[in-house]
Parts: sequence; C-alpha cells; structure tokens
Amino acid sequence: MALAALPPPRRLDGGHLIKDAALAALVALVLAIPLVGFQAVEVNAALTIRTRFDWMAIGVAAVFAGRLLLRVAQALRPVRTGEARARWLPTVDRRRSALLAWLGIAVAIALPFLPFSSRYVVDLATLTAIYVMLGWGLNVVVGLAGLLDLGYVAFYAVGAYSFALFAQWFHLSFWECLPIAGLLAASFGIALGFPVLRLRGDYLAIVTLGFGEIVRIILLNWVPVTNGPAGIGDIPRPSFFGLPFAARAPPGTTSFHDFFHLSFNPDHRVIFLYYAILALALAINLFTLRLRKLPIGRAWEALREDEVACRALGINPTTVKLSAFAIGAMIGGLAGPFFAAKQAFISPESFSFMESAMILAIVVLGGMGSQLGIVLAAVVLVGLQELRGFAEFRMLIFGAAMVGIMVWRPRGLLARREPSLRLHGERGSAA
Amino acid sequence: MGYFVQQLINGLTLGAIYGLIAIGYTMVYGIIGMINFAHGEIYMIGAFVALITFLVLGMWGVTYVPVALLIVLLSAMIFTAAYGWTVERVAYRPLRHSFRLAPLISAIGMSIFLQNYVQLLQGARVKALPPVVQGGFTLLQDSGFTVHVSYLQIFIVLLTTALMAGFTIVIGATPLGRAQRACEQDMTMAALLGINVDRTISATFVMGAALAAVAGVMVTLYYGVIDFFIGFLAGVKAFTAAVLGGIGSLPGAMLGGLLIGLIEAMWSAYFSVEYKDVSVFVILVLVLIFRPTGLLGRPDVEKV
Amino acid sequence: MSDPAAARLLEVEHLTMRFGGLVAVDDLSFTARQREITAIIGPNGAGKTTVFNCLTGFYRPSVGRLALHRPEGEFLLERMDGFRIARHAGMARTFQNVRLFAGMTVLENLIVAQHNRLMRASLYTVGGLVGLPAYRRAEAAAVAKAKDWLDRVGLTERADHPAGSLPYGAQRRLEIARAMCTDPALLCLDEPAAGLNAHESAELNALLRDIRDDHGIGILLIEHDMGVVMAISDQIVVLDYGRKIASGTPASVRNDPVVIKAYLGAEEDEALPPEIARDLGGRA
Repeated sequence: MALAALPPPRRLDGGHLIKDAALAALVALVLAIPLVGFQAVEVNAALTIRTRFDWMAIGVAAVFAGRLLLRVAQALRPVRTGEARARWLPTVDRRRSALLAWLGIAVAIALPFLPFSSRYVVDLATLTAIYVMLGWGLNVVVGLAGLLDLGYVAFYAVGAYSFALFAQWFHLSFWECLPIAGLLAASFGIALGFPVLRLRGDYLAIVTLGFGEIVRIILLNWVPVTNGPAGIGDIPRPSFFGLPFAARAPPGTTSFHDFFHLSFNPDHRVIFLYYAILALALAINLFTLRLRKLPIGRAWEALREDEVACRALGINPTTVKLSAFAIGAMIGGLAGPFFAAKQAFISPESFSFMESAMILAIVVLGGMGSQLGIVLAAVVLVGLQELRGFAEFRMLIFGAAMVGIMVWRPRGLLARREPSLRLHGERGSAA
Repeated sequence: MGYFVQQLINGLTLGAIYGLIAIGYTMVYGIIGMINFAHGEIYMIGAFVALITFLVLGMWGVTYVPVALLIVLLSAMIFTAAYGWTVERVAYRPLRHSFRLAPLISAIGMSIFLQNYVQLLQGARVKALPPVVQGGFTLLQDSGFTVHVSYLQIFIVLLTTALMAGFTIVIGATPLGRAQRACEQDMTMAALLGINVDRTISATFVMGAALAAVAGVMVTLYYGVIDFFIGFLAGVKAFTAAVLGGIGSLPGAMLGGLLIGLIEAMWSAYFSVEYKDVSVFVILVLVLIFRPTGLLGRPDVEKV
Repeated sequence: MSDPAAARLLEVEHLTMRFGGLVAVDDLSFTARQREITAIIGPNGAGKTTVFNCLTGFYRPSVGRLALHRPEGEFLLERMDGFRIARHAGMARTFQNVRLFAGMTVLENLIVAQHNRLMRASLYTVGGLVGLPAYRRAEAAAVAKAKDWLDRVGLTERADHPAGSLPYGAQRRLEIARAMCTDPALLCLDEPAAGLNAHESAELNALLRDIRDDHGIGILLIEHDMGVVMAISDQIVVLDYGRKIASGTPASVRNDPVVIKAYLGAEEDEALPPEIARDLGGRA
C-alpha cells in the first residue's frame, strides 16, 4: 500500500548513537582478545604466543566506526513505504535482464577471440561455466522446489568419477560418457530423494549433507575402485566429433588441426572444451526455463510455497520432490565430466562439503530462482579466487555475504520473481 | 575383554565430549526450532581459546595445573559465550520471522565465515599442545592387555557429569529455566506473560556455547592437536547425537552423545578406522528417516 | 432445505479421533448430500477442524468409515493418503489460515490447481517440452477456466499480482476459486467467512449458493458466523466436545435448547434463562 507516510523525527541523538557504537565496539573487543589479540604460532616446532594488539585495536575501531555509520545511515534514511521501498531496490525488469543476458552470451561466445584473452582466461571461463551450470542445477532443487540440498557435490562427483572410470575401464570417449554421467547422477538423485521425502527443511538439509559426506568418504577410501586420495589421472580429453586434439594423431585418425588445415595449437583443445560447456550450459538453461513454464515447474514452486496446500490440491509431493532431485542431480552429473576433462585429473578433495557450500552460496547470493543472478555470483566467486589479494578472503566474504543476504535481501541480489505465465501480458504488474 | 573395556572407557570419554556439544544443538532447536549449523564452529573456537589461554598462562609462568585448568575453563567459557551471543544477535535474531530456510542458510554462512575467520587469524596448520594433564592408572590386566584409565579421562567424565547435573537444576528450578521451557512451548504466550523472549533465547545460546567451550577445552587436552576444521566433523556428530537422543530433550542429548561416542570407539576398534565417520553419518541418516523423534523425544503432530 | 431424496455424497459413520488420552471427535455420524450446503458448527474446541482433517487425509481417524460416493465408485477416505483424496476422490478444501502460494501470482495459483490434468496432457512433461499441440490446448483451456473463476470472484484485474499481496477478503475468495479449479465433487471450507465484514459475507453467501446451484456439488463448511450459516445452509450439524448434539435444518437447530445451552455454556440440567425461554415461546 503506497501511503504517503511522514518520516519519523530524525534520531540524530549523538549521545545515543555513540553509546550504541561503543557497546558494539566493546563486544568486538571481547571477541577479538583471544583470537585476534593473540596468535598461536609455531616457532622452532614449538607453539608460542605472538601478540597482535595493534590488529585488535584496528578491528575494534573499525567496528565502532562501522556501527556508528550504520546507525547514522539508518537514522537519516527516510522511511520508504510500499512501492517507494520497492523502487529503491535495483529492479532488473524483464527487458533489461533479457538484454543483459544476450550481452552476456555474446561476450561469452566471443571470449576466446577477444584481445585480452589467453589460455588462462579461457580456462577460467570454463571453470566459471562449470560453476554456473552447477548453480543452475542446484537452483532447481533449492531455488525452485525449496529443498535445501547440502550434499549437491555428490552428484557432481558421480558425474566426474563415472566418466573417469568408464573411460579407464571401457575406453569410452568423453561424448559417450557424458549422457551416462547424467543418467547415473539422476538415478543417484532419485535414490537420495526417496528416503528424504518426508523430512522437513532442516532435517532434509542435514541428511543430504550426510549423504554428500558418505560419498566423499567412500571415494576417499575405496581404493581398489577409486584409487583413493591419489585420485584418477590420465583422463581423456573430448575430441571434436571424432577428431582428437593431438599434435600427432593416433594411427587411423586425423587430428583436428590437420583436418582444418591449421597449425597445431595446444589452445584448440582448451577453447573447444570451453565452447562445449558453454553450449551445454545454455542448453540446460533453456531446458530449465522451459520446465518452469510447464506443470512440473509450477508444481516445484508451489511445493516450495506451501506443501500442505499442494497436497490439498491433489499434487503428490513425493513425485514432485523426486523430479526436482533427479533433474538437479542430472545437471550436476553433466558438469562432472567437464571438470574431469579440464583437469585431466580428479581426486576426492575436490568434492568436499565446502564445494557444496560454495554452490549453495552461488545460488543464494544470485537470488534463488534467478538464472542471471547465479551467473553473476559464479563470476564473482571464480573471480575472487584469482584476484591476488582476495583469494584467501574469498570464503570469508562469501560466508559473511550469505548471512548478509538473508538478513537484508532474502530474495537475493537480483531476484524479482517472474511469473511463469500472465493473463494480461506485459504490463507493469505489482501495485 | 580388556580391549573391549578400554574401548568402553575411550568411548565414554568421547561420548561425554559429544554430549556437551549436543546439548547446545538440542537447546537451541527446542526453543527456536532451528539447527544452529554454526555450533560446531563455536566448539572449535572454544578449543582455540583454550589453546591460546594455555599458551599465555605458560608464558606468564602459571604452571600449577589445577589453577591453569580453572583459568582456561573460565576463559574459554566466557569468550566462547560471547561468540555464541554475537552469532545469535547477528545471524539469527533478525531472521526470526523470515521464511523457513533463511536461518539455516544464514547459519551455514556463519559457519563458513567462522571457519575461515579462525583459519586466517590463527593459520591453517594444525596446532599441537604439549600434554598438560598427564598420568593415569591401570584399571585391570587381562591376558596381556592393560586397561589404562587416565586422570584426564576421569576429569572429563566427572566434569561433564557435574555440568549435566548443574544444568538440569538450572533448567528445572530456576526462573531462567522456566522461562526457557515456556518459550519452548509457546513463545507468543510467554512474551505476553512478560517473559523477555529475546533475552531468554540469548541466554540459551550463551549456555550452549559455554558447554561447547568446555568440550573444546577437553578436546584440546585429550587429543592435543586442533585445527580450524574440527568444528565441522564434531558438529555433525554432535548433531547426530542430539537427534539420536531426541532433539529437544536434554537427557536425550547426553544419552545420544554417549551412544555416538561408544559407537565411534567400537567401530574404529573392531571394524575400520577409515570408515568410522561414515558409521556416524549412516546413523544420522537412518535416525532422521526412520525415527526422527529419536530415543527420548516426543512426536509432534502436524497442525493444519 | 435438506432434500432426503438428494443423492448421498459423503457418509460419515462413527468417526472417532483420539490423540492419546484426548478424544477430539466422539462417534460422529452424519450425511452430506449432493447439491446441498452442510454446515458443521459448535463452540470453540468442539472438534470441527479435526473432523475436516480426518476427512481430508491430514489425520488418520482412530475409528470410522468415511465414504464418498462418486459415479465411479465409493472412496473410503479413512484409508487414503491426503493428496489422493483430492486427486481421485474429488474433495477440495480451504484452510482456516489461508494457504495460498503467496509468491506466485493469482493466475498461477489457479493453474497449479489444475496440475494433474495438465501433467497428463503434457505427457508428464515430455510432451510439453517438445511443444505438443495437445498440451498447448490443455494449457489454454486451463487458463480459460481460471479466467472464468477470476471473473466470478472479481479478481480478473489482479490476475498477475502475487497472491500474497491481495487483501484478506480477496485471498479467501481466491482460495475458494482455487479449490473449485480442481473440479471437486465435495468442497470443504474451513471458516470461509472468518474476518469478512457484512458486505463480504453477503458476497460469500452468493458465491456459495451459485456454486451449489450451478455446479451441483456438495459443500461442507465449518463456520462460526451464524449469519452465514443460517442464511445458506441446507443442513447443520452441531458439535460440542466432539459429539454431535443436534442436526437438522437451520430453523430446527436455531431453536434447539440443547444447542443454545452448548453455546451459552449452561449446566446440563439448568433451565434456560427466562429471556430466552420467552423468545422460544415455550417451544421445547
């Protein structure tokens, strides 16, 4: 309701604000003393204490200043009611987001040929695309169906390991393994889904976390099959529809560069992998966008909104949940082989809970349900890793950002839900 | 036989530690119905504070063990309680009326943040403390196997028992305990009757954190090595314990803790050490699927 | 007016619901008929919503036979899963605290209600993915049906607004429209008039009467608003402490001293207050 409300009298009561900030600083001091003020360091193989009171002072001062600024900003900001508040949030409306999307796709396609591009950049872009796909996959489960899956990395692992192992045992190629990986992961998704169906949000999350860990521990310890912590190497790279990317082709085949009369360039393989995952990611995106407009997609969202009401409408929550798990898992499973092929090596280390948490962070920060937001979040995640100064702080920032988003913008940075169908066509909708 | 008794003793000690952490989970779940995913990290912080306090005391020349222990316990409990309080205020209180998944996601973010916070401040490497409480005695000799009980193990079990007893008294007989139980039943009504719900919830977090801190002290003493990642595993295991015993039930948390400790000890002794964590995860999954109310919990009926 | 010749739609026989030691519903039997509005009333705590929850599969009754008669056969509700009751038996319900899909639009709420039919038409999604014409037709039909209901409850303008943004009365109407989009044989409404003002209640009465007359289904409702109950019910069942204490036409129930005592809370054998006895004019 857009009532024109008078803003409250400005609370720039200096004394009150200072006291508030001082209290916050006091709390920060208590928190900082043991862990910031002191550091346990190893000197000559023995632990000693190093004091860091200067850091402590800086930290406390920062908290004081930050809290003060926050309070002042809150006091100065006029009360925004109803639509005024809504307009303050940067709304990316449909037209603008479509434009951004096309622009992004154009940049992505042109990337390997842009002036600043290099093998390193393309490699990075491939990694980003993998995370984007994982984010879109988890989005089906968390964002659309509202099921908090903390073990999503298990499906990614299934995809990667199934490719590595089948390539090793049955000498199947990348393209032959890819659909198998997807199907296998989807089956895992259904198998995982069955037991967790009746569980409520919190418990579902923990059980999926348990499953993720069980998979990782098995990968780590089932040495005869998975080679344990040593991992699996010598993973074959994808070929260009049968043309391998080798400097010298194995007898009986023509290599890619010979076929197209190019000089051999080791970058070809990297660029091809990038385009392959880009194409698959875009295809998956179209697939999920389409699903959202079909009954199954609406059922996912309805389930997220209110499961009891779904039952009252005759919708079987079991099949809806299973379908969400299966599709989400399939997407994760399809991303796995790309990761394996990119590195030519996989080990259980890459499939820990922290990885699941990162993918969840991408979905949450991007806005659960928003395809574009997830792309941006993935770019930021991968980008921060590469930025020299920020690499160590990456997860710290992400953790804080997850808390921050939930507190301030639970619907994510960009999300404003787009209805799956309209009666009246494209007019400005919400009051 | 001797081997079995030794595992029993080890398992009980481990179980006591898990039980202390589990109480934090179960109390928070009981009062606000959410899983405090960051509780494991609170325990880890407790361990680090304990370690650092020991080192500082060593530096200052306080070496008399009982005094040092007391100071370390107090220090860990106070600082960790502060962390627990802050986490609730920053990450959970603003979300009390938000949608269902919000506090859980926030908790996960908090957990990630705290892990990396400690990792950055104290380094990623494992920290080893020279043994503080040493010595023990032989309980019995059985066909060549000596069953050894250390003073530290006795200390852990006794302290845990004392804390449990104290806790039960607090919950049962003090105004705070009553307020807590009232909030568990019906928060709105409790507020209408004049109970400061915010403060009660904060107190719950603080108490849970303090107990987790004690567990952290014990782990530092018992194992001698800690790193920033111990919170995750211990957290999941302690949560399993809380669920196994019946989430929301205090005696259940303790019982669950003991059971998990025993199971873990027996499993690594008689089956395989590598898969001992899997055994706990499997229990977690089985309990949540087949008996989510646990051993001592009460089933709740879905109200439409 | 209850017509004994009208087809029996729902037969509740000896329904009992026990929660541990507490008996919430005690040996309740009644019949709801086709083309009739049956109201369940009673003081707070009488067990009305419990009855609903037993009928719609949210609780498993301790004892009882709940038979829904459809052309294709008889459905025993006490044995069916919640969602199957809505899907196969054709029973739809609304809730005491409105349960809409708040983040989805008004129109989407009504389309979700037609989920099962649309899923079949989309060949369980596969057909929908390839753009099967049969699915497109089914979706258009679903939208048309939704629009029809939107017109009837006056929400056409707001079809693309989030359901959570509607005012309370509109939300209630939407919930009823959504239930109707499932093409039920029996519509169960849990306090549909709660929180409505006089004007909105009158609109509700008209809507329910139209539903009864145009669609020929049965309506079962729990209600506290006596104005609504007396105005539109063909049959009233009165519960007190889980037991049926009276049933019949509005006129007979209105003047039943047992019912009046239950609401006023008088002792079993106390005489009615003189003012009320005078009003009744000595009618027992």
